[in-house]
Amino acid sequence: MLARSLPMIGSRRSLRVLERNALVYRAQWVMLISGFFEPLFYLLSIGIGLNKLVGDLHVHGQVISYATFVAPGMLATSAMNGAMIDSIFNTFFKLKISHVYDAILATPLDVTDIALGEVWWALARATIYSASFIICMAALGDAGSAWVVLCWPGAILTSLTFSCMGLAACTYMRTWQDFDLVTLVQLPLFLFSATFFPITLYPQWLGAIVSFSPLYQSAALLRGLSLGQFDWIMIMRAGYLLAVALLGLYVAARRFKRILAP
Amino acid sequence: MSDSHILEAHQLVKRFGDFEAVRGIDVTIDRGESFGFLGPNGAGKTSTMRMISAVSQPTGGTISIFGLDPRTDGPEIRSRLGVVPQEDSLELELSVRHNLEMFGRYFDLPRRIVRERATELLEFTQLTERANDKVDNLSGGMKRRLTIARGLINRPEILILDEPTTGLDPQARHLLWDRLYRLKREGVTLIITTHYMDEAEQLCDRLVVMDQGSIVAEGAPRTLIERFSTREVVELRFMTDDHEEYFDRLSPFAERVEVLPDRILLYVNNGDDTLRDVHAANITPSSALVRRSSLEDVFLNLTGRSLTE
Repeated sequence: MLARSLPMIGSRRSLRVLERNALVYRAQWVMLISGFFEPLFYLLSIGIGLNKLVGDLHVHGQVISYATFVAPGMLATSAMNGAMIDSIFNTFFKLKISHVYDAILATPLDVTDIALGEVWWALARATIYSASFIICMAALGDAGSAWVVLCWPGAILTSLTFSCMGLAACTYMRTWQDFDLVTLVQLPLFLFSATFFPITLYPQWLGAIVSFSPLYQSAALLRGLSLGQFDWIMIMRAGYLLAVALLGLYVAARRFKRILAP
Repeated sequence: MSDSHILEAHQLVKRFGDFEAVRGIDVTIDRGESFGFLGPNGAGKTSTMRMISAVSQPTGGTISIFGLDPRTDGPEIRSRLGVVPQEDSLELELSVRHNLEMFGRYFDLPRRIVRERATELLEFTQLTERANDKVDNLSGGMKRRLTIARGLINRPEILILDEPTTGLDPQARHLLWDRLYRLKREGVTLIITTHYMDEAEQLCDRLVVMDQGSIVAEGAPRTLIERFSTREVVELRFMTDDHEEYFDRLSPFAERVEVLPDRILLYVNNGDDTLRDVHAANITPSSALVRRSSLEDVFLNLTGRSLTE
């Protein structure tokens, strides 16, 4: 019934894809553990290194350490990387190499259920990883305020955005060589999204371009949440991330249909 | 539609861009029947299967499965179908048992039921001893059997098999055929594509011969052989690079003569008599064989081409 009313988004059956991924990953627990260590490495390297070099910063009248400034940006980056790697690489493998999805389509699941199921999976992982990141942040004294708990849903939203974009992107990949393009997009996003320093340091024209970057919007949102500096613009940032997510999911579902059930 | 028809397709068309893979075919399949699609690679069999299994939508025509329309009732139809695709597409990272259990979950079956059925199906396909092995380590025949077990996890009313024995050795093929007979006896409707004529003759009550997207003949295997071929075939080989040069000399001896790259086929009613006549006319082949007509001969007659080459 739900499938008919939401044909472009998917049905409750999409949860089976989540179940399938959990079952497969249970056999690959090393990958899960590595997801816990990644944030710790990020935070320690920045905290020990750059923090001493850079010193304190003024953000909207608040004086904070560089580590406190940069930690939400790292959280956003880590959410992006996790979501993109899983949705692009693993989905490509299932879509074009192992033909797992072809088998699933012989069951009541539809193409849209598969796309949506992969998003649930990305969200499930993001829920665990971002929680562990935020706990590390707090433990290392890099949390801006107690409001840092709100970074949790913020980071999950970020993962949603990037996993939907990744799903859409992976349908355009033809061979493993095309994955170099992913790095080509991911790296400038990482470097130019004002994750390491305030966007105000950019020339105005570059700042305007950067504001279209979902990673920038995410980092800015998470920073505001971590510091407890609330602002109406944060709702716009969240709305932008959600809009990009829905667009990505829409494109992904259409492309999945073209590839799997032409 | 009548109650006994489990599947009806009218003027079914599938187009991919400019290419017309299926060109307006009509098919009616009865409950409990085992029905075959015979044809060479590229005849449109797989495209037809994908429409019949409610995965891809027809470009034209109508199709009704269990009296339902795949356009609107895809999930409902698929919940009552079992599909054994040409490529096994198993979960290589999972164990044999987990492959079955997970597949059952896609059909919303409770875990307890899925476990029970997996145990039964492992027994049925003789994979019980390999239940906890990774799929990667199985032989081709075992993977095929697991794929069939997987297709049965939802107790389907129709089992659709696309080239079920391609790439298997004779022993593995016979084991598989035996399992399919059993399913047929239990009342499961079988829909099979194959380019092996012996498989079609063994398994199918009725079949259609497909060529270049169209149906060129329809009927029971024996009926088709009687209608489109003679009772016997004499196969002659000569020490020559071109068997065509013997065509004129051999034509008077047979109702029909087919020249293949490596041999000549004479379509006759009594092969031994013909062979004697050929020898009497001082034509000496390097080897000669008399056999009964098969679906391969039907196909050759209908299309002028061989099935398996």
